[in-house]
Amino acid sequence: MNSIILLSVLGLGNLFLGFRRSNRLLLPVMMLILGLVLTVNFIDWNEGTQPFFNGMLTIDNFSVAFTGILLLTALVLVPFSQKYVLDGEANLAEYYSLLLFSLVGAIMLVSYNHLLMLFLGIEILSVAMYVLAGSDKRNLRSNEAALKYFLMGAFFTGVLLFGMALVYGATGTFELSQISFAVQNPVNASLTPMLYIGMLMMLLGIGFKVSAAPFHFWTPDVYEGTPTFFTAFMSTIVKTAGFAAFLKLLVQAFPAASAQGIWLPTLTAMCVLTLLIGNVGAVAQTSLKRMLAYSSISHAGYLLIALVAFNGQLEGASANAILFYSLAYSVATVSAFGVLKLVADARHREDYDGFNGLAKTNPLLAFALTVSMLSLAGIPLTGGFFGKFFVFSAAVENGYIGLVVFAVVMSMVSIYYYLRPIMALYMRDADDATAEAVPVTAFQSGALLVLALLTVLLGVLPGLVAGVL
Amino acid sequence: MLTVLLLLWPVAAALLLHFFKGGAARVAAFGAALVEFALAVFAAVTFNANHTGQFAYDLNWIPSAGIRFAVGMDGLSLSLVLLTALLVPIILLSAFRRKFENESVFYALVLFMQTGLIGVFTAQDAFLFYFMWEVALIPIYFLAGVWGGVNRARITFKFFLYTIVGSLFMLAGFVYLYFQTGPSLDGLSAHNAALASFYSLNLPVETQLWLFWLIFAAFAVKMPIFPFHTWQPDTYTEAPAPATMLLAGIMLKMGIYGCMRWLIPVVPAGTDYWQNLVIILAIIGIIYGAIIAIRQQDVKRLIAYSSLSHVGLMIAGVFSLTQLGMQGASIQMLAHGINVVGMFFIADAIERRTGTRNIADLGGLTRKAPVLTVCFLVLLLGTVALPLTNGFVGEFLLLAGVYQFNAWMGAVAGITIILGAVYLLRMFQRVMLGPDSSFTATFTDLTGAELALLVPLIVLVFWIGLFPNFFLHLSEGSVMNILGEVVKR
Repeated sequence: MNSIILLSVLGLGNLFLGFRRSNRLLLPVMMLILGLVLTVNFIDWNEGTQPFFNGMLTIDNFSVAFTGILLLTALVLVPFSQKYVLDGEANLAEYYSLLLFSLVGAIMLVSYNHLLMLFLGIEILSVAMYVLAGSDKRNLRSNEAALKYFLMGAFFTGVLLFGMALVYGATGTFELSQISFAVQNPVNASLTPMLYIGMLMMLLGIGFKVSAAPFHFWTPDVYEGTPTFFTAFMSTIVKTAGFAAFLKLLVQAFPAASAQGIWLPTLTAMCVLTLLIGNVGAVAQTSLKRMLAYSSISHAGYLLIALVAFNGQLEGASANAILFYSLAYSVATVSAFGVLKLVADARHREDYDGFNGLAKTNPLLAFALTVSMLSLAGIPLTGGFFGKFFVFSAAVENGYIGLVVFAVVMSMVSIYYYLRPIMALYMRDADDATAEAVPVTAFQSGALLVLALLTVLLGVLPGLVAGVL
Repeated sequence: MLTVLLLLWPVAAALLLHFFKGGAARVAAFGAALVEFALAVFAAVTFNANHTGQFAYDLNWIPSAGIRFAVGMDGLSLSLVLLTALLVPIILLSAFRRKFENESVFYALVLFMQTGLIGVFTAQDAFLFYFMWEVALIPIYFLAGVWGGVNRARITFKFFLYTIVGSLFMLAGFVYLYFQTGPSLDGLSAHNAALASFYSLNLPVETQLWLFWLIFAAFAVKMPIFPFHTWQPDTYTEAPAPATMLLAGIMLKMGIYGCMRWLIPVVPAGTDYWQNLVIILAIIGIIYGAIIAIRQQDVKRLIAYSSLSHVGLMIAGVFSLTQLGMQGASIQMLAHGINVVGMFFIADAIERRTGTRNIADLGGLTRKAPVLTVCFLVLLLGTVALPLTNGFVGEFLLLAGVYQFNAWMGAVAGITIILGAVYLLRMFQRVMLGPDSSFTATFTDLTGAELALLVPLIVLVFWIGLFPNFFLHLSEGSVMNILGEVVKR
């Protein structure tokens, strides 16, 4: 709760800093804010379940842990916006404030206890993202991305809202535990179809946000057009918050066997499709940014496995697996997008060949990108390996062996496309035009180093995070 | 605790190496590897061959999943740890002759890999084993990929994909086994992955039949056994000499060791069923590797194929499930590691001086380099398995083991000795004897440093050949335990 209030107030305060017409203060202030909120967030750790606003939001270990991931991601991501500072971007204060506000939405998504809060959270998060997707105003691609994201997003928000209305109609409540009760003890059996249609529509709505197939079509185009800094935000924070919200919805509102009988096959089908499209789509890409877009689809697929394997408790194996996976994925993805942004800013290209010979000119960038690719591919010694390991073992434990076999085959495919940037970095020589070192500031080097170390730490001592819930 | 020290020292040294530049980095790396060797020798001296699980250390690694950082050594582990600790300094020393870019990173990767290798040989927990298995892979991928030959990107890519797909199958097998086990010791997790728990599973035969292939996939690629070997000659040829030595000298032993420790005793019924097929594949590999080796023009490629042929015999020996075969494999692993590293070093020395590895371009080196000739001949005869050399003890026991299992298979596998003599002596004759070529006109003999590197290897060739009992005694207890697990069920 503290984090929501702090972020809102400081976000507003941050807007006023924009009047100074000097960007130099903004980045340190932003990092200070995020660091402060991250610390404050953990005050609520192990304080039990605390309801707020008449129980519309609840803060518990689940929400504190996920909020921690969201804030940490934002904190390590911010240094990569330094080019905006140096270029004297006129609207930087607004961008930063929008990021802080969208974080508020994301935090609501991980701590809601009431469907209205779910909707508000998604809207707060998304509206900010629509704007930021189009923040590169003179770039046609950025405009296209914003428009696409907005139109599709608005449509799926409508679907989500419609679903909520139907669920409300069938159960008479927006509160998660009461919905769960009403699903198990239906007052009027003729309303059951309406309830399940409503539930499925909500699944579609959230499925769109986390770019699960078949609602993923916007992802590659929007990711590509959006300025890289905000793409990173989109593919980490939106996804983490979306999956936490997904899990809460399924576990707290629809755990009943009858409801599971409907959402489980739906999610399983989505999961298989997402894994297939994400991984096979990524193979064909030649641009790192588009590859990362498809990779983000495929990771949504792995996270869906954890949802499918849920065992009825909010703080059980599934939640732990999602928590660990989101953390490992976010850390690796921020690092990948960070390097991509730095290289793309300097070399003006985003394809694999743009990274040729980077190991010679910028060993640190090459190292950071390598660690991140290995982590996304799930190679041991990185957090990504244990993320996949926990997700898969949660699924095997609940008997989804076929699904896991399919996912393992898909991760074998993924090794192919994650290795390609590594090959460019270390095994190919730069073309003459790209032989200069990419400028990196101390802030950014520090952030990349922290991210790489964090990835290795998660891969060597996973016990630090595994099983905390 | 000593095992942990053996594991941590190389990786710590690798990290510290970043503070050294250029020549200092080499010396520091070599010094670190010597310390590691001293530790391994200390372990060997204090080792009691009658006990298993010595120098054990057990730490709760991931409590919520029952995964432990459990390491320990028996005779088999120790002999391979010794081999690793011996070969790494020699391999580092051999790299001194060449100029590498980013030297400190190069040497750090070699040391890093040493941790992975020792981890594989000492792990007592399935997931730790898998973890270390991949820890050993990542550095060698970069060693071969960054500092390798012209086609390195494509070839190391193939190597990496091959091995990682194989090991993912193994991981899947381990995960399946994991879910069959009982709760962990501390009760925090419903399952555990300790080696001992895997040994006591008693799985139904039908399960073991497919589980065998899941686990074997990783080892089959790594060793490699025919027909999973296609990555091997290319990778050996393209990788820089030190990386090739690591691959052939130590890394392929990971596969054989894995079979002995993590496959045969875990799925004994599955092994029993597939035993014939594996031995036949191994024998095909022996003959196939040898015949292709005869036709090779490239020295490095020839040694690569000869390695394929020799490893086939070790696999056949292990899968004969006889004491002779298994002990033969464990001593042959040492002998092969020593010989192949020496041979690759000499191939590299010749290439550095002449700029070519093509047999047709070479000739007449004997007159110019008598010392090199003697060293080469000793190592070569060791590889051919001449009596009094280390190769003889291993191959004799291996063949005896295979013969015990099936006389016909033993007879066919025995061809390896004849074919081995054919291609190796043919290479020796063309490279060392005969008339000079334009490439060898200015050939110089081995320098003192190079000789210093080869002398320990040559001493070992004779030591193991003349007094094999120390090494046989070391592995006897382990092999009996493994066979005991197989017979028990």
